[in-house]
Amino acid sequence: MDFYYGLAQIVGVHTLLGLSAYIVLLTGQVSLAQAGFFAIGAYASGMLTVLLGWPLLPALGVGGLLGAIVACGVGFPALRVHGLMLVIATLAFGEGVRLFFFNFDYQIARGDIKVGPLGGEGFRQIRYFPEHGWTTLEVMLFIWSIVAATMALLWWFDRSRYGAVLRAVGEDELAAQSVGISLTAVKVSAMTIGGAIAGVGGGLYAHYTTHIEHTSFNILVATFAIAYPIVGGLASVFGTLAAVVFVQGFLIEGLRFLGDWRNLLFGALIVLAMNLRPHGLIDAAVLARMRRLFGTARHA
Amino acid sequence: MLELTRASRHFGGVRAVDGLDLTVAEGEIVGLIGPNGSGKSTTVNLVSGLFPLTSGTILFRGEDLARTPVHKRVGLGIARTFQNIRLFGHLTVWQNLWVAQNSSADRARKGFFARWLGGSAGVRREIGELLAFAGLAHKQDELAANLAFGEQRRLELARALATRPRLLLLDEPAAGMNAAEVGELRDRILSLRGRGATILLVEHVMELVMGVADRIAVLNFGQKIAEGTPAAIQADPLVRKAYLGGEVT
Repeated sequence: MDFYYGLAQIVGVHTLLGLSAYIVLLTGQVSLAQAGFFAIGAYASGMLTVLLGWPLLPALGVGGLLGAIVACGVGFPALRVHGLMLVIATLAFGEGVRLFFFNFDYQIARGDIKVGPLGGEGFRQIRYFPEHGWTTLEVMLFIWSIVAATMALLWWFDRSRYGAVLRAVGEDELAAQSVGISLTAVKVSAMTIGGAIAGVGGGLYAHYTTHIEHTSFNILVATFAIAYPIVGGLASVFGTLAAVVFVQGFLIEGLRFLGDWRNLLFGALIVLAMNLRPHGLIDAAVLARMRRLFGTARHA
Repeated sequence: MLELTRASRHFGGVRAVDGLDLTVAEGEIVGLIGPNGSGKSTTVNLVSGLFPLTSGTILFRGEDLARTPVHKRVGLGIARTFQNIRLFGHLTVWQNLWVAQNSSADRARKGFFARWLGGSAGVRREIGELLAFAGLAHKQDELAANLAFGEQRRLELARALATRPRLLLLDEPAAGMNAAEVGELRDRILSLRGRGATILLVEHVMELVMGVADRIAVLNFGQKIAEGTPAAIQADPLVRKAYLGGEVT
């Protein structure tokens, strides 16, 4: 059973990563910086629990806060570039963060061993969960309660005027400005919220794996982050969740028995999924069906 | 209310708008006509702020707009429609109007949580009025992209009105419309005038401009070649030459 709990942890954390890219993508910004915010949250909260002995929740909070602050700082220059240029610029930022942690040493002695980040060796012994006797199930439930809260929050954003404004900017920046929407406020706020979500996700990731290193935050992770909302569709937060389950649960874990053939099939199945469902796994039509099922109308 | 003084916009060697003087007084409907490429749309884009001026000034209610970004100009009360419709196609008709409520009056509105949960009663009432004005009440939950062409034009007009403009810039609102739709549009513009709206109307469809404008300015190659009442403009030999090309007999 622990295998499935562990898988659920991965799916949960990757859902946070995907949601952090989802809200940014709503404004039309394709960001490869999410892995960078994820790394900042992971290292920051890991250092707080390991080096300073903080409890987990405030450590996660600080991880999210740092992710938000840095994302806000990235958001302003990102306003000036669009499309592919933005992809390259955010990629450069993400790689910059990774290389920072590749060179980042801050260790203190704890009994016989030294703890803390050690450059290319990574940051080992983030043992908050085992030290406090959490079982895999408890960790999984903890992660998922945060995922559920985040999804509920974004679902609410989506139904609010703010959500409509995000989508308006994503659809046509010029028209959005022309009805009085400030692109700066909208894009930077979306980037900031995305940074906070990625930061919290990174904190959770650091604590359930107990060992992080710079390669945990490479370009592949950044690509996954942006791929989830694209594969899942931007119609709702559930698309991102569906995409993470599809990719992590089915393509990566479910097809493990295929050995080396898995990687080949992985790409092919992503292409197939995108072709069969060009607007994402959960598109507007699926949502409309769900809405009819639950009998909720928009402005009734 | 709006005052352009020697306003110019050059694209490289092309003088799209060249030393244009133009005023629009409060409560006035000014028509801006001219052949294709004469600088009409560029003028609208200069006033709404999509392009900066190359030289000259634009004053709005006495305030120089040179350093005012697009969205702040909307806040001051300048709203526009686009020649090629630019709606938020994946938002519903209702949401298209909701996101346009950015005026200071709307921002100061009470009911923070109502803003999050589908709008306060006041918001819903005002959007309902705009929908009724545009004849789109029955389509409020449709995606804007699924509307017919004429409906999209009406929604764009309603969306501009949702920003509570003092000055409305209409960039060829009748383009692509049939005679019946042009008639409806004229009635809508006249009803706006009845409520004291100030409008700068760029248009090719003469029956519309002549029917609603108090005053008409004619552009050719970025310069104003004539200005006056609709009757005077229709009789002006320079205008006829610019439109018909060649000598006027």
